[in-house]
Amino acid sequence: MRVVAAMSGGVDSAVAAARMVEAGHEVVGVHLALSQNAATLRESARGCCTIEDAGDARRVADMIGIPFYVWDMAARFKQDVVDDFIAEYAAGRTPNPCLRCNEKIKFAALLDKALALGFDAVATGHYAQIVQGRSGVPELHRAVDMGKDQSYVLGVLDAHQLARSYFPLGDTTKAQIRQEAAARGFYVAAKPDSHDICFIADGDTRKWLTERLGERPGDIIDADGTTVGRHGGAYGFTVGQRRGLRLGQPASGGEPRYVVEVQPRTNTVVVATGDLLGVDVIAGDHARWCGPPPTGVVSVGAQVRAHGEEVPATAWADGKLVEVRLQRRIRGVAPGQSVVLYEGTRVLGSATIARAGTATAAIGPNSSDPTGKAAASGVPAAG
Amino acid sequence: MLPEAIEAMTAQMAKVGNASSLHTSGRLGRRVVEESREAIAQDMGARPSEVLFTSGGTESDNLAIKGTYWARRDADPRRVRILVSMVEHHAVLDCVDFLQAHEGAKVTRLEVDHFGRVRPETVRAAIESDPEGVALVSVMWANNEVGTVQPIVEIAALCHEFGIPVHSDAVQAVGQVEVDFAASGLDLMSISGHKIGGPQGVGALLARRDATLVPLTHGGGQERQVRSGSLDVPAIRGFAVAMRHATSHRVVGAQRLVGLRDKLIRGAQDAGFGVQVTGDWEPGDCVRRLPGNAHLLVPGCDGDSLLYLLDAAGVQCSTGSACQAGVPQPSHVLLAMGMSEHTARGALRLTLGHTSTDADVDAFLAALPAAVERAQRAQVATSPKQTR
Repeated sequence: MRVVAAMSGGVDSAVAAARMVEAGHEVVGVHLALSQNAATLRESARGCCTIEDAGDARRVADMIGIPFYVWDMAARFKQDVVDDFIAEYAAGRTPNPCLRCNEKIKFAALLDKALALGFDAVATGHYAQIVQGRSGVPELHRAVDMGKDQSYVLGVLDAHQLARSYFPLGDTTKAQIRQEAAARGFYVAAKPDSHDICFIADGDTRKWLTERLGERPGDIIDADGTTVGRHGGAYGFTVGQRRGLRLGQPASGGEPRYVVEVQPRTNTVVVATGDLLGVDVIAGDHARWCGPPPTGVVSVGAQVRAHGEEVPATAWADGKLVEVRLQRRIRGVAPGQSVVLYEGTRVLGSATIARAGTATAAIGPNSSDPTGKAAASGVPAAG
Repeated sequence: MLPEAIEAMTAQMAKVGNASSLHTSGRLGRRVVEESREAIAQDMGARPSEVLFTSGGTESDNLAIKGTYWARRDADPRRVRILVSMVEHHAVLDCVDFLQAHEGAKVTRLEVDHFGRVRPETVRAAIESDPEGVALVSVMWANNEVGTVQPIVEIAALCHEFGIPVHSDAVQAVGQVEVDFAASGLDLMSISGHKIGGPQGVGALLARRDATLVPLTHGGGQERQVRSGSLDVPAIRGFAVAMRHATSHRVVGAQRLVGLRDKLIRGAQDAGFGVQVTGDWEPGDCVRRLPGNAHLLVPGCDGDSLLYLLDAAGVQCSTGSACQAGVPQPSHVLLAMGMSEHTARGALRLTLGHTSTDADVDAFLAALPAAVERAQRAQVATSPKQTR
């Protein structure tokens, strides 16, 4: 096969590319330039788009003897990931840009360009596994290293994309990959893992958003509608957040309070004590399925954030809409994040969280029943 | 590299001796340097004392521009203006940007016509706005991307009407078109080893004896006290051998390259994709455009996709000048010639040299249709769009 190995300059994609070469594929290394004005040197463990990173990737490509190119996807990345990120926060949601990048850039723009140029597939250093299912349809599964498993951020891939993707690291632990990189003589073997959002260099998301959306002071209210504080912009808050609220007085019971709802239209942040934070019904939209969409009510495991725990649930899909009923309440379910559905280790698909609540109560003082739409559709209660 | 240059260089590498030393081996090294200096001077129409060895074209450009700027400003503090063409190499553009940012220089970037050529009247008008304030003028001999040869003699003559020194980066021109330093009227001219089949890492600045330069490096006082540092004797020897070969074979070589170039351009235009040639091209001409330069615009393609596809088919070319991060940027030369960023993205630069053959051109023309067809699809896949 003729394969594009996406090479960030990190240890994982370096080993992935080397493994593809050893498997006998005709491999070309490609580094994606995602920033229009990349910095020269890495300054932190964030990001993967400095000139130094491109140089690291090129050095590995030279060592394993493959051609190497830098493809400029900065314009697409800005439109599909960065601008989407800002718009989502402005709308009171908490987006996951890594998922969006996989959906729109790595397994769309990059894959499409590779296919147009005559390649058959794209290989990345993601920790996940593709297994050929009984019907010959590729299935996406969790990695063997559950500490590094990245199947969550790949839950947006459809069967067409999976059939043209390779994840050569899914069967190996991260520790072993570092050892393998060192044994191959890659000097990136000890390079720190990247984390956080690659386009926010100092990791301060709220400051970054404020620079783009401006100060928008508004009220922080409690579940009774009483104003308990002020904020500089509702977009800077995420459901489940406790820090940075700067509330003058504690709740009557002395318990800490958390964000339970962000209301962009009125620029209001709603806080409550932890017991009001738990939800067990999630309404999702923008559903993407890794194979055929499930029919009827199916038993699944649901995961609502990267590296979050998987909770037993039932799911019911209707076109692009999904309702997930969890078997127990969980906290910090933020609209805009994705709920990824598993069957064993297999990823069924994902949806963007539109609303979350409880099967018995509504969540905010001003909100209508957040699950009303799904409940009205006659979904049987989860058992 | 040219085999004769490799041979001369490797023979010299086996010999010890710092050309600045007075002992026997040092004298032998010095003799090689001076013979090389005399040979290069003869080939370039210069005097031996006008040849200052450097590490290459970039250093020569920096020494010429910064050295002249500082010397001229020291002599008269009003002289802070630098005039350069918009299509210069980055070794010149980034150098004047530095002087603008840190040394109070006022830079005028001279516009070019749609061939990428600086018109002498543009230079004159720029000077006349404040002639006493001009420290120097720098215009390249021939453009590295689109091959356009500049009217250097006219520009040098008009600058001298105002007593202003003129520099030209002739790295691309040597060995391709006739370059005669004395006849050009230039005060300063940059040349480089690796563009003429010599080693990388060596070049020279030709500087008239009356050109005053403030040194960039200080130390042992080599090279007219302007460029301190022990000389790289083997590289200088290889440079001189390559220069002699390039200039003595130039006329015959240029006629052959023009034939290949014209065939390549005609073939690409006839391929049916709306391929256009940029710059000043007339079949058979070897004076107005570098003989070995073919620069094409392929509509609806990213140059880097074409580069990959052609490379995979065994044809090595480039999209513009190589850049640090490998991220393709629209060429400043094409933008200066009035092209849109979108059009400039489809640029493909093919350079023909002494190893290029008729079969190479045939191979390129055979690979082109499939490459264009795929590259056009790839551009559709990566362009920002409204919905997906």
